[in-house]
Amino acid sequence: MKRFTCDELAEHLTAYLEDALDQPSRDGMRAHLSCCEGCGRYLEQFRATIKVLGDQPPEKLSAPVRDRLMSAFRERHHRHP
Amino acid sequence: MGSFEGGGLPPDDIVVGALRAGDEAMFAALLDTWSRGMLRVARSYVSTDHSAEEVVQDTWLAVIDGIDAFEARASVKTWVFRILVNTAKKRGVRESRTLPWSTFERDGGPFTEFGEGRGGRFDGVAAWPTPEGEALAAEVRVLIAEALGRLPPRQRVVITLRDVEGCSSDEVCEILEISAANQRVLLHRARTAVRGWLADYYESVKQPE
Ligand SMILES: [Zn+2]
Repeated sequence: MKRFTCDELAEHLTAYLEDALDQPSRDGMRAHLSCCEGCGRYLEQFRATIKVLGDQPPEKLSAPVRDRLMSAFRERHHRHP
Repeated sequence: MGSFEGGGLPPDDIVVGALRAGDEAMFAALLDTWSRGMLRVARSYVSTDHSAEEVVQDTWLAVIDGIDAFEARASVKTWVFRILVNTAKKRGVRESRTLPWSTFERDGGPFTEFGEGRGGRFDGVAAWPTPEGEALAAEVRVLIAEALGRLPPRQRVVITLRDVEGCSSDEVCEILEISAANQRVLLHRARTAVRGWLADYYESVKQPE
């Protein structure tokens, strides 16, 4: 099992969450997280950050642009049926 | 011709066949499903909402022109987003020649990104409030939009595709033509910076106990 300092743990969180670590590193991260309250909170905050990023309001093309693109599609088909 | 409600888009060969046959419902479905992510990605490279919309429009026009020549080496989505990124980059470079403050200059910055250090790990380890109240959630959304705008373009486009739009890491690597390791480094720096700004924000709104 690999040992991690708090700083190293923070540096490897994305790799940890993506399951991109080898087994000894993964075990080391788990062991550190289970006994370090600060890093446990940091991981929670990291996850919370990812969650709020996914909560952005939806966007839309403006109606004129959408209409223009629909007609461009229609016209192309008429040119090359 | 079908409806795509709930079920997502059909497999690529059906999508491509329908587009070539002039199926307007299919084109509309792609337009409505992907354009929102495309607008956000375009904004990572260009300076205004208007430019971003033009980039998305030019991309779709290129897709309409190119669909007959599309060879299924990549997925349709990857192909469309690659055209988008190339179009947006070109436009961004053009704009940066005319704008005094180029967002591109920040991309070659030193390894340590802003967001580390300030709002670093050990001063912000208090538990965060859940943004349950609609007012707080709305403020956080504004803050996130601003935070994305402060990231260097390469970090911004990766975090936008991954965390805002929910693309897989494989998709992002294919769209941007970068390695998995590079993708992860950019994503991690971006997340670390955004977490730092969020920590500062939560600290600033903390109620006295
Ligand atoms: Zn620790």
